[in-house]
Amino acid sequence: MRNAIKSVVMLWECLRMAVSNILANRLRSFLTVLGILIGVMAVIALITTVSGVSSSLTSSFASMGAGQMTLSITGSDLKSGLDRDDLEQLAAVDGVLGYTPSVSLRARVVKNGAYETNMTVSGKNAFYFSHTDGALERGRAVNVLDEESMNFVCLVGETVIESFFYGVDPVGETLYIDGMEFSIIGVFGDAESSSMTGMMSGSSDLMIPYTTALKMNNESLVTSLTVYLEDGAVSGEVSDRLSVLLDQMFSYEEDCYTITTLSGLEDTMSDMLSMMSTLLAGIASIALVVGGIGIMNMMLTSVTERTAEIGMNKALGARPAQIQFQFLVESFLLSLMGGAIGAVLGVALSMALCNVIGSAFVISWGAIALGVGFSALVGIVFGWAPARKASRLNPIDALRSA
Amino acid sequence: MSEIPFEEDVTFDDLPQLKQPAASDDFFRMSHIDKYYTIGDEQMQVLRDVNLSVNEGDFLSILGPSGSGKSTLMNIIGCLDVPNGGEYMLRGQLVESLDENELADLRNREIGFVFQNSQLLPRLDAQRNVELPLIYAGVSPRERARRAKEMLEMVGLKDRMHHYANQLSGGQQQRVAIARALVTNPSLLLADEPTGALDQRTGRQVMELFHRINAQGRTIIMITHDLGIAANARRVVHIVDGELSEEDARNA
Repeated sequence: MRNAIKSVVMLWECLRMAVSNILANRLRSFLTVLGILIGVMAVIALITTVSGVSSSLTSSFASMGAGQMTLSITGSDLKSGLDRDDLEQLAAVDGVLGYTPSVSLRARVVKNGAYETNMTVSGKNAFYFSHTDGALERGRAVNVLDEESMNFVCLVGETVIESFFYGVDPVGETLYIDGMEFSIIGVFGDAESSSMTGMMSGSSDLMIPYTTALKMNNESLVTSLTVYLEDGAVSGEVSDRLSVLLDQMFSYEEDCYTITTLSGLEDTMSDMLSMMSTLLAGIASIALVVGGIGIMNMMLTSVTERTAEIGMNKALGARPAQIQFQFLVESFLLSLMGGAIGAVLGVALSMALCNVIGSAFVISWGAIALGVGFSALVGIVFGWAPARKASRLNPIDALRSA
Repeated sequence: MSEIPFEEDVTFDDLPQLKQPAASDDFFRMSHIDKYYTIGDEQMQVLRDVNLSVNEGDFLSILGPSGSGKSTLMNIIGCLDVPNGGEYMLRGQLVESLDENELADLRNREIGFVFQNSQLLPRLDAQRNVELPLIYAGVSPRERARRAKEMLEMVGLKDRMHHYANQLSGGQQQRVAIARALVTNPSLLLADEPTGALDQRTGRQVMELFHRINAQGRTIIMITHDLGIAANARRVVHIVDGELSEEDARNA
């Protein structure tokens, strides 16, 4: 008990002396902790900003692709994709509202001798147009009849209108896609760019019935589709039911298909983001190490400067451990002060950054604890050697230097 | 800044009570002390077969020119350095047998140091400077403050307690240093050129204080090169080239 009180008193005295020493060299102390300060600030700003960006991404993700999942088929040797019957079976699964096959090709488009190469042509079905807000701008959509008879009809988007129909209504006109004549039945809107499928496949220049697109690709089977869920359907359950059906279709061979749900995508995304933030924080913490070396340098200088004082304290009866402790407290405090100021600035900086980027700002206490804790650790680690040097000083040499 | 005159009404009762005297034989005894330094491959003998006994309550001067080995002797007496040969007994303890921590505790408890330069910490006021040895001894803050104040009053600096070193004259600084040396109630006051940095008048005042401290029964060992200062002591020993020779200052 008595020893405990003694230790507390000693710690308090050390803190008092450390504060007065730090304040006695204000400018030098400030410059020394600058490294730590910048390091902690960078770590906190990076982690907080990245987590803000990630939470905004997640929420926009959710609004974008709620109620969808994508299905991609690698197929087996016997069965390389899904035919129309298979698709209808999938559509009949409990909780599934419908599906849109994703078929696309790159084509050369010609109209009246003018041409554009490398245009993206997407195959769509009637369901896509009837269940996507803003999918159709003008004219009519692809219907079931077009699907079944593989009609050579197409809808055009802004890029095609700009290239071939400047100032003219394209509906009712014809154009050639890879040498085949298509009639233009409508103009599609920009709904695609805000959907999950659209984001993953890129935007289309033209849309044709998916069966026609398959034919132009010399394929008969669908290998990629988006499945739309009924309201209130739980994506995990639906994906389980789809798996059962698909396993059956592919004769229980492994690795024939992948179901990507939104939550899976989200996980991948947040994994990537947290990896990025760890990496960035790692780079920023190099600044902390550099800052630690700065503190070590200052403490070594300080020990040399205060040689006489250390000798005096030894003469007055300070034990080596007490001297060491005193210097350690000083470097610890110095580093902690840098860390604390850095934390405040880091939070302010990330608030500003989130504001500029337009993402949500959430104070990350974990990042603050990490930054401040690490800076305190740096103070102890890099203060150890100077403190030890001080405690080892021979009192006579120390006093003689005065 | 003008010198504060000593308060004549200060009585010796203000001094802390001395510890129980040790067996007189063992209070301070050095026998056959040798000390050498090795510089390169040359050995430099600094102290040669030094024998010295001091009785409790004595006032001893060690007089010698610079380079005579008196600083080395002072460091050994003050337990800041250990001899290469011989025996040094302080208050019944064989100093050579102690480790670093025990030496630190012994210095804290038994020896009060006064150096040529007062070596006050510039960032602390007079009272806090005097408290320093008590901090290392682990004395509670209240008790520390009480004893520091008492000591500062004793050296006549009652109204300078919260002044910093740069606000005190050389003589006042030295008196703070003396208060600091005595605050742990040591059995030995060890002074190295205590008046070296002072003018004659303040030097005399410090000596007057030493006399009063000694008259209270405290042992003083003072190291100096100044014959006039050394003459303040009851007993003077000379050190020349690391060897001691004794003479009685009063009878010289």
